[in-house]
Amino acid sequence: MVQGHRGNPEKGNPILRLSSISKNFGAVSALTDIDLEVHSGEVVALVGDNGAGKSTLIKILAGVHQPSSGRIEFCGQPVSLDSPSRALDLGIATVFQDLALCENLDVVANLFLGHELSPWNLDEVAMEVRAWTLLKELAARIPSVREPVASLSGGQRQTVAIARSLLLNPKIIMLDEPTAALGVAQTAEVLNLIERVRDRGLGVVIISHNMEDVRAVADRIVVLRLGRNNGVFSPDATNQELVASITGATENSVSRRLDRRTGHNGLNGSVT
Amino acid sequence: MNRNMPKDVANKDQALDRRDERIQHDDGLAGMLRSFVNRVRSGDLGMLPVAVGLIVISTVFSILNPVFLAPNNLVNLLFDCATVGILSLGIVCVLLLGEIDLSVGSMSGLSSAIIGVLWVNSGLPVVIAIFAALTTGALVGALYALMYNRLGMPSFVATLAGLLALLGLQLYILGPTGSINLPYASPLVRFGQILVMPDWMSHGLALMPGLVMVIVGFAVRKRRQSASLSTQPLTILLGKAAALTVSLEFAVYYLNLGRGVPWMFGLLVALVVILNYALTKTQWGRSIFAVGGNREAARRSGINVRRIYLSAFMLCSTLAALGGILSASRLASSSQQAGTGDVNLNAIAAAVIGGTSLFGGRGSAYSALLGIIVIQAISNGLTLLNLNSSLRYMITGAVLAIAVIVDSLARRSRLSHGRA
Repeated sequence: MVQGHRGNPEKGNPILRLSSISKNFGAVSALTDIDLEVHSGEVVALVGDNGAGKSTLIKILAGVHQPSSGRIEFCGQPVSLDSPSRALDLGIATVFQDLALCENLDVVANLFLGHELSPWNLDEVAMEVRAWTLLKELAARIPSVREPVASLSGGQRQTVAIARSLLLNPKIIMLDEPTAALGVAQTAEVLNLIERVRDRGLGVVIISHNMEDVRAVADRIVVLRLGRNNGVFSPDATNQELVASITGATENSVSRRLDRRTGHNGLNGSVT
Repeated sequence: MNRNMPKDVANKDQALDRRDERIQHDDGLAGMLRSFVNRVRSGDLGMLPVAVGLIVISTVFSILNPVFLAPNNLVNLLFDCATVGILSLGIVCVLLLGEIDLSVGSMSGLSSAIIGVLWVNSGLPVVIAIFAALTTGALVGALYALMYNRLGMPSFVATLAGLLALLGLQLYILGPTGSINLPYASPLVRFGQILVMPDWMSHGLALMPGLVMVIVGFAVRKRRQSASLSTQPLTILLGKAAALTVSLEFAVYYLNLGRGVPWMFGLLVALVVILNYALTKTQWGRSIFAVGGNREAARRSGINVRRIYLSAFMLCSTLAALGGILSASRLASSSQQAGTGDVNLNAIAAAVIGGTSLFGGRGSAYSALLGIIVIQAISNGLTLLNLNSSLRYMITGAVLAIAVIVDSLARRSRLSHGRA
């Protein structure tokens, strides 16, 4: 198991610490004894195969699901994340895979949903100006913030969702597959954005299936397999090491495919 | 982050929200017309069905019986609008969440029975009777919300049960006599039957909307300009305000040829304006639309979804109770028939005809007002033709079906045009 940091050595204090988190859905245990630590100014990538429990873990941290057992510490204090608003209040912002936008509302309303300026007499002008500034910071190409979200493309919706998570100045931001729906340029923008957010001292948790993206931004790569911790890697770990840990075997469909294509055997990625 | 979009540099002098070259901006009168046509074609019908409906209805009925458009008939029409209109206003809140309350008719009947029993039979002050009726409404709404939030009971089943239970309660408290007459000379009955605004006041009030529109319009314009956002052209703002003022003043003038503008209708309009403000300008209203559009998304953005359901159901039943009080004052009696028959469906039909979607997340407070005018115009016109209630029911049923079909088709079209 490799423990590695790169770049700036001073990583700050742990913001979030999970110890032995478990989550059962009926008879299925989606997560078993998960430990995870996120420091300020650090990008942690969560990788794993489908059904490894990445999204479940994110949803527990976002307050959408409650863990069956285990302990969550936020900034040194034990907390219970019993509702999404509790998580948001603590400073845990989440961009969900399904984005969770209201299609009948316009971009401004979606950005500020639940946190509107002056709740008794909505300040539409201030919200619209703030929306444009935020979207500009993200180099987003949204044609109009007064159109319902239903009229936006997938990538544009993704940008809106990310912008919304940054609105409340969170301490930690979690992104579930943020680049899955994006084009080349927008993916680069999102990765830049993640680095910018990290440099501001926030903790970032990113889920992705794209190893290239993961390696490009992550400081640590945490592998989940079948709901359990299955290793922590530095971004210099080889693809074989990662894939072996994700699939749980050095001999797996990915390596076999690679062998077939390159025509030679004996690739060994030894991982615990 | 300015390295992309060289085109932006070219339109730096443009307003902040007009710099993207892909979006079509419809400025000026021609542009407004074009965007209106586009909206309608993509299924965003707005007030169009109501306008078309009212024109058709008034043409047909005034040909069949010229009395229909006589000032005093229209005054009566407005008196009748107020009672069911208030029920419909409550329905709008619940429909915006994508839920429904089928018991507003029974609730209004129960509340009129409470007025009769407490005020006339028990001799309590009328204020206490009104307070009791409204409180009952709020409690019933809270009960529905509880069943929905905690027990996961679909609102249409919970309120269908309420429809029967409340009707039973109404019959129970009315007792064997079945009908209680309210004193004719009392202010409550006078309010429901004869009180109209003085001419000067109705004319003055008819000026207000245009005035408010211009004042608010200028304030918003100034703020948007200082924030370098695009602004609505002045001509359109002033034109809209002028058109609104002229048509309202004409309506008031015409009604004043008869008895005048009923206070009760004034109450309905006031409630509509208040609810419209609450729905469009407050966090609560925004949350209602969000929950109606995507409940899970609303929950994840930190909205207390249960509280939103609670507030909407309570508001709906309380308004239904208020409507019941007004219908008691309109009929000068609390009877077993109050709130039965087509009251329920008229209230729901009015909201849908006015443009509030049955699928949640779309609509406005004004839909209750406009929809109820359409419904009552039909009912009033058919009564003038001396058609009996069998035909009236069938025709009102057909109108409701048409309204729902229009809603469904418009929704499908909106989905395919990306307007949700």
